Amino acid sequence: MPSPRTANAPFADSAPLFAALGDASRLRIVARLCEGGPQSIVRLTEGTGMSRQAITKHLRALEGAGLLRSGREGRERIWQLQARRLTEVRRHLEQISTQWDDAIERLRRLVEQPI
Amino acid sequence: MNTDRIEKTVMLHASRERVWRAISSADEFGLWFGVAFKGSFAENTRMTGTIVPTTVDADVARMQEPHAGMPFEFVVDRIEPMDRISFRWHPFAMEPGVDYSHEPMTHIVFELEDSNGGTRLTITESGFDRIPIERRAKAFAANEGGWEHQSQLVGKYLALHAGA
Repeated sequence: MPSPRTANAPFADSAPLFAALGDASRLRIVARLCEGGPQSIVRLTEGTGMSRQAITKHLRALEGAGLLRSGREGRERIWQLQARRLTEVRRHLEQISTQWDDAIERLRRLVEQPI
Repeated sequence: MNTDRIEKTVMLHASRERVWRAISSADEFGLWFGVAFKGSFAENTRMTGTIVPTTVDADVARMQEPHAGMPFEFVVDRIEPMDRISFRWHPFAMEPGVDYSHEPMTHIVFELEDSNGGTRLTITESGFDRIPIERRAKAFAANEGGWEHQSQLVGKYLALHAGA
């Protein structure tokens, strides 16, 4: 919907965020990390019916978007969420939602004014 | 987390006829939405409006001023008198000189119901997940600055109408 927007805002790095989440398998991985906390690729692959290579590809994509980070623990690589980036995705829809709220208030003023 | 749709329900102290007019008459829709249309809404019709500062609120009008005159393209989808009207548009089509016509649109449905002597309006905008990621990111970014200001506007509005 039309709304006032300023140009050239410094958030160009949000694009990969939406790409990374626009895939059911990746969303599932994010959900698993939400529920289960930091975990290894072995655990993340369990029960998914996907190969470890496929999961790795998704993890790299999510990492590239800044949604995940990983660190070595012994011989294993442990993956965990970067909560701050997930909050950004949610705020994106909240902003459009607020624009609707504003528009609805203008609509209310129009239809509720005495004739 | 549902990233695909936004749903709003609001109780309006106005008759169903009055609310229907406000959402189905191109002129009235433009008044609160901030777009001037040429012609009237008809099913399956592509229309081009022009963004105009709203006349309802001076502050919002000032914020919209930089976008005044920009085209707003959309499609009137279905019209079911007194019950439902739906549109399709490009939700973040705000950059001058960019052709959005090949991009997917979101689907916007307005539904009316009688409720306690007034009218309940439900607005659903869906299809955000199909919008190109660059557009979503840009819109997200561009809104960052307006966020606080919008919150202030709402607060101001509520304060103004607290005694009403």
